[in-house]
Amino acid sequence: MTHNPSSLRLDAVSVQFGGLAALTEVSLEINPGEVVGVIGPNGAGKTTLFNVLTGLVAPSAGSFFLAGKKRDWPKTHELTSLGIARTLQGVGLFSDLTVFENVLVGATHFSKMRIFKSLLGLDGGANKKNEMRVHQILDTLGISDYADRKADSLPYPISKRVALARALISEPTTLILDEPAGGLGTGDIEWLKEFILLIRSKTSVLLVEHHMDVIMNVCDRIYVLNFGELIAHGTPGEIKNNSEVVAAYLGSEASR
Amino acid sequence: MIFIDTLLLGISSGAIYSLMALALVLVWRSTRIVNFAQASQAVLSTYIGYEITMRSHNYWVSLPLAILFGAILGSLIDFLFMRYLAKRAKSGPIAEIAPVIATLGLLGLLQSIIGLIWGNSFLQYPTPLSGKGFTFGSHTIPFSPQNLFIVLATAIVLLVFGGIFRFTDLGLALRAASFQPEIAQLAGIRVARIRNIGWAFAGAAGAVAGAVITPTSVLSPNSLDLLLVSGFIAAVMGGLDSLVGAVIGGLVLGVGFSFILQYVGSSVTFLAGFFILVIVLLIRPRGFFGHQVGRHA
Repeated sequence: MTHNPSSLRLDAVSVQFGGLAALTEVSLEINPGEVVGVIGPNGAGKTTLFNVLTGLVAPSAGSFFLAGKKRDWPKTHELTSLGIARTLQGVGLFSDLTVFENVLVGATHFSKMRIFKSLLGLDGGANKKNEMRVHQILDTLGISDYADRKADSLPYPISKRVALARALISEPTTLILDEPAGGLGTGDIEWLKEFILLIRSKTSVLLVEHHMDVIMNVCDRIYVLNFGELIAHGTPGEIKNNSEVVAAYLGSEASR
Repeated sequence: MIFIDTLLLGISSGAIYSLMALALVLVWRSTRIVNFAQASQAVLSTYIGYEITMRSHNYWVSLPLAILFGAILGSLIDFLFMRYLAKRAKSGPIAEIAPVIATLGLLGLLQSIIGLIWGNSFLQYPTPLSGKGFTFGSHTIPFSPQNLFIVLATAIVLLVFGGIFRFTDLGLALRAASFQPEIAQLAGIRVARIRNIGWAFAGAAGAVAGAVITPTSVLSPNSLDLLLVSGFIAAVMGGLDSLVGAVIGGLVLGVGFSFILQYVGSSVTFLAGFFILVIVLLIRPRGFFGHQVGRHA
């Protein structure tokens, strides 16, 4: 298998909650420029997978590969410097900060020196540059008008875009989106689909999404989870016609 | 004339409450913890300042060192205790209550340690500036150079920390880390380190409070306990979240106390503090400057 510099791979990841197996030997790979989807019925382990990948949950087994090299599981605060950014389900913003500040937080890579420089006001140049980047990204996402609004006063679709901006400001090479279309109307979903296809030239995208329409439209490859296990993996066409996937979804629909 | 004198008295004692309130707000803003150990941290820093003053015979040498000690002590308290507590009591009601109870425990612990080292007797901290009121013609107002120094110190602490929170990346990280630590980590912030800085800031502010107030009274392991209560009332009146609110809360309380002392009597002053708090909270439940919470569009 060839490994492109920014490819990301999880190998045989398992997660236990108490005695319960939330994930069992799940492997997954994302290559540069790819849009990869993760689907599965509720409780299949999709968000747990994302949480392991972003250091919010500790795996009981499995390895993490970045650019073909095995390394320790990254801590959550290390992700942005490894080129990985993530949005959370729902809103996932600093509710008390303005839109501008929400995005600016992600623009600042904190290191020991920066804290003291920041205190002494020595990094004015970097500050200006970061602020300009924030304005640019708000512009790109069409939300400049909201820059000074507090995050908890925003219409829901706008807050979802701010969350995207917050993730994108760190200039990730892998962007992880947790239900980006959740709660959005048709117009915003269409916008999102186009946007994902637009940014794939800069970053690969890994997304969990319940809107099949979004998944089937934007993904190159799809992984299907059920009861914490990977039951299928393939192109949208292959997944649509996979009998096991259909059964898992029908089963979950029928049991509702 | 009595009115203006009472007002001036109120402002100088209000500035003192404001300083303690600022220290409480600094920890609250960076960690969401009400730090009752603040009184003992400030007192310990003041004892260190006292020792340095006694040896160097110079208050102005001891002041920055006491502030530095206060910052280090605050940072240590987080590093040795609060950080582990936060890891072990992560979610549920215990996550909110345990740290506050722990700070009450630390309050007792630090005061006992101080008592073991310096004893429980009252020490006289030499006044760096004159405690005699300024004189205008034949009238001496109850506002001395030392009072002026306290008011200035409060203003400086407010400006410095207000500026850091409002204008620097560090301040932004502090605000972000306190509200949604998980998102802050995803944004690349080392939340534990940032919170530690919040503790250090608060420790420094508390040390300023101890160092400027103690020369006007006496020093003992418990000498700042009442100040903690007044500071807490002031912080809550200001919304617990706002540095400016803490200062205004402190001034309202100070002036309120002063007038009650002048026109009602000394026996009810302390009760009046809680009375003022209740009235303010009845009119503005989130304090003067508290942020609205729980609103989602």
